[in-house]
Formats: sequence, C-alpha cells, structure tokens
Amino acid sequence: MAKFEKSNSVGEWLDQRLNLTTFNKVMMTEYWIPKDINFLWAMGVLLATTFGILIISGIFLMMYYKPDINLAFDSVNYTIMQEVAFGWLFRHIHGVAASVVFLVIYIHMFTGIYYGSYKQGREMIWISGMLLFMTFSAAGFSGYMLPWGQMSYWAAMVITNLFGGVPVIGDALVVWIRGDFNVADATLTRFFMLHVFLLPITIMGIIALHFYTLRIPHVNNQNSDEFDFDTEAEKYLAGNKKESKVIPFWPVFISKDLAVLGVFLIFYFYLVFFHYDFAMDPVNFDPANNMVTPAHIYPEWYFLWSYEVLRGFFFDIFGFKAFNIGLIAFAFANVIFLLLPWLDRDPKILPAHRRPVFFVWFWILMIDLIVLTVYGKLPPTGANAWVGFFAAVSFILLFVILPIVTKIDAKKRGSL
Amino acid sequence: MSKEINRRDFIGYSFAAVAAVGGAASLVGMKQAWDPLPSVLAGGFTEIELSAIKAGEPETFTWRGKPIFVLKKTPEMEASTRDLVVGADRFTVAIGLCTHLGCIPAWKKDKWKCACHGGEFNPSGKQVFGPPPRPLDLPSFSVKGTAITLGEEGPEYKAIAAAMKA
Repeated sequence: MAKFEKSNSVGEWLDQRLNLTTFNKVMMTEYWIPKDINFLWAMGVLLATTFGILIISGIFLMMYYKPDINLAFDSVNYTIMQEVAFGWLFRHIHGVAASVVFLVIYIHMFTGIYYGSYKQGREMIWISGMLLFMTFSAAGFSGYMLPWGQMSYWAAMVITNLFGGVPVIGDALVVWIRGDFNVADATLTRFFMLHVFLLPITIMGIIALHFYTLRIPHVNNQNSDEFDFDTEAEKYLAGNKKESKVIPFWPVFISKDLAVLGVFLIFYFYLVFFHYDFAMDPVNFDPANNMVTPAHIYPEWYFLWSYEVLRGFFFDIFGFKAFNIGLIAFAFANVIFLLLPWLDRDPKILPAHRRPVFFVWFWILMIDLIVLTVYGKLPPTGANAWVGFFAAVSFILLFVILPIVTKIDAKKRGSL
Repeated sequence: MSKEINRRDFIGYSFAAVAAVGGAASLVGMKQAWDPLPSVLAGGFTEIELSAIKAGEPETFTWRGKPIFVLKKTPEMEASTRDLVVGADRFTVAIGLCTHLGCIPAWKKDKWKCACHGGEFNPSGKQVFGPPPRPLDLPSFSVKGTAITLGEEGPEYKAIAAAMKA
C-alpha cells in the first residue's frame, strides 16, 4: 500500500487518496482547446446540458407515469398535467428538450462535416457521435410511445413493422419485439424500460467514450490548422498566452461555452413557456385506438428526412418491390453517415469553403435534407410523391458521388 | 515450463467454455422473456354474420386486436381468386392492416387507401398503388351457413389461401 502522511485539510486528505489535483488538470485546466474556433464549437456543452435537463425532468415525470395501456394516457394527461405541482412544466421541459436536442445534434453534426472534423485521425470521434445520434433516436422514439395517444400508437406500429423487412425472420421478429401480434401492453412496458433505463445508461456510456475519443486527436479548428498541442500548451503555461494557439478548457474555453449556452437557454425556455405546442402534437391527445389510424400520420420533425427517404420509393423498379427499395434506402440513410470518413477521399483536412466542389456538395445536401423534411410532413399524394422520390434519389446519389467530389478537390489543389 | 503454460491454458479455456455456455443460455432465457405470453398466444375466435353486410360497404371487425375487413362485392366489382362465395354473394375477407407498415387503410368510394404512405388496395384486396408489397393478408376462417368464424381453418380458407399463393 502507498504511504500516507497526516493531511492538513480535507482537500489534501482527498488529494492523497484520489489525486484530484492531477485529475482536475487532465480533465479541465490542462485540457487544451484551439483558440481559432467559433460559437459552433460550443454545441457539445449545449448537448451535455440538454441531456442533463432531460434526465432531471424525466425523473420527475417517471414518479407519476404508469406504463400500462389502461393507465398511461391518463397518468400523463390528467395526473401529470393537472394534479402534480409543476407537472405540466416538467412535461413541457422534457418534450421540448427532446425536440431541441436533435436540432443541436444536427448543428453539431453538420459543423463536423463542414470543417472536415471526422477524418484523418478523428474517425472515432465521428463514429461515437453517430452512435449517440442513433441511441438518441431510439430514446426519442421509445419516449414518444409513452403517452399512449394516437400518434404514439401508430408511430410504434409503423416503426416496429419496419423490422418485418428483415429477410426470413422479419415477421417473427416483429411479434417478438412487440410481445404481441399488435402493439399492445407488453410493447408499452418494455419500451418504457428501454426509455427510462437501458437507453439513458447506454447514452451516458457513449458520451464518456465520445469525450475520450477527443483526447488524442484533439478538437479541430476553423482553418484546420495542424500544430503540436504539447508545444502550444507549454507556451501557454510559460505565460506566453498571446502567442500560444491553445487555451485551457477550464476556465477559459468554458466561459465562451457558457455565453453560447446562455443564448441557447433563452431560446429553449422561450419555447418551453410560449411555444411548447410544437412538440405536443394535437393528434396525440386522442387516446390510442388500434381500430382507427389517424387521417395523416408523420413522425416528429427530426425523423422526417429519413421517413421521406423511406416512403419516397412508392413504385416498383425493375421488379424490385417498392417496399423493399424504400426499406433499403432507409437503412442506407441511417448508416451512410457512419461511413463518411471513408467516403471522403481527400487526404487533407480543410473547411468546406476551401474545397470548392465539396462546398457545393455540402450545401446541396443541406437543401436536400430540408426538402425531405418539408415533404416528409405533407401527404404522400400526387406531385408530393414525386418530389419525395427525386429528393430521396438525390440523397443517395450525393453519397455515391462523394468519393469523386472529394478527389476532384484534392487533384485541383495538387495534394493527390 | 511449456507444460505449465499448457495447464494454465487449459484452465483458461475451460473457464471461457463454461462462461460461454452460461452466457448463451442466459441469452436464450432473455429472448424468451420477450416472447408473447401464453395468454396472448391463446388469442380468440370471432364469429361474423355475413348476411347483414350490405354490398359495396365494407365493415370492420376486430380479431386478435387486429381489424378485419369484410366487403360484400357489388356485381360491378371484378371477380378474384380470393372471393369467398357464400350462396350467390361474393365477399372479400382481409386483415385490415396495410401490408407496407401496418396502418389501417380507409375505404374511399371503391378502394382502400392508406393515409400513412399512400398505398391503395382494390375491392379484392390487391395492391394497386404505392409501397405495399403484397395484397391484404387473409385471416384464417371457417364457414358455417352464412357466418364465418375467424381463427379456425376451414376448407374454404385453405382453398383461397392456396389460390392466393399460386
């Protein structure tokens, strides 16, 4: 055992046993962040905060929520909304945060794509981030089911049916996931378990991994400037703060983060108090009914783009069933971002505005995603179906041509 | 020396084997915990009286938590291999869940239209537009006089199921 001497303070006593001084240095005061970054680099702290808000508000909702098909709807819409002190507030905080967290995730993701922060050593940051996007999506879907309204029920019906597209075992898999032939009580209870336990704990684990993946390659910067973090850190520690290209995470970088967080929270609480209705679909205030599908169902806004890719293929092509093409396209849309580091064939890390063809590619992708999102909410009839079809095809083609696009830029620059 | 290492390897492999068997058995148990319960599997039987149904106006019944469409065809509606002929009348009996992703299509004038992803089915339950990969599914049934019992497998059901497969 290590030798312990008598300590003179509580801090010293803890330091002897836990080495908090070193821990604090490694995690905070000597965790180096480049200076040349803008407000888009604050999204990580925004996400961590929003996740904290979701956990805390979720704890309060869970104390009155009842995961039973006969009780769920009233436990939310009567008990929580009308009886529990500030129950309505916790619900709106939870619902709005669940929606807004995806907005910030998308900004975080597309910042990474724009500045090339997913490649040449940063692949694991990107992959762990995409895993977080997937687990957050699963958490969003399972949580949406809990109020047991019409949208909850029919979203659960459609999403669980997607697994029917798995070859051979599809039909049996759907029944297994639901625990019944239909979306029923067994389904609600198990998705409750996923939403309040398994998914949050998985998310926490992946968040830790995501932070860890940043340690060795470090955060990217606005001009993708490559420098030695150790040398720059030494300059900073020697008092040469002006010349050094880095700042410590705590207390310097965090002050900028907190400023951005302040602006974000004003926006967020504005939504919570004055516009919570955008996260509370009126159709979901009708109790679930397995005999009536609502006239028009659609997912929450953050799933609309992939939903539109799914339903964009509404006719058979060369003997392939529309159902299967849609499902394959949907699967493609959900995994293709994971492969981004390898689809980008440009050997240099550069921001999009210094990669002319990629710059165009990036903004076409943004426009396509917006078109998919807008048309995902409209009824899939007439001209809408065709816009959806072409937007879905464009989405796939964009990723197919990405290796070529990135190579053209590299060749023009002479780095390939 | 090498003998010693082999002995340790053996212990290591034995430990891994025991852990693997235990792990696999646990997975089987966990998989079964998610299977439908016996009370769910037992399901039920639903009897439907066909003579009360008006031609051209499909009715919806519930069987094992799923909607069942029963349509008495009008003389103008085309004949199909899945028509259930009772006396002089032709019926379409189908599980009322879109074969795409399971929404309930609604009857609009002369066909079922699905609001979710735009699929359409004609009066014989055949998909005529959109993503549905196959016609509306056929529930099992048996015929007694002018009534059918859902959940039983009668000769009429078997004949239609065979005709639909062909």
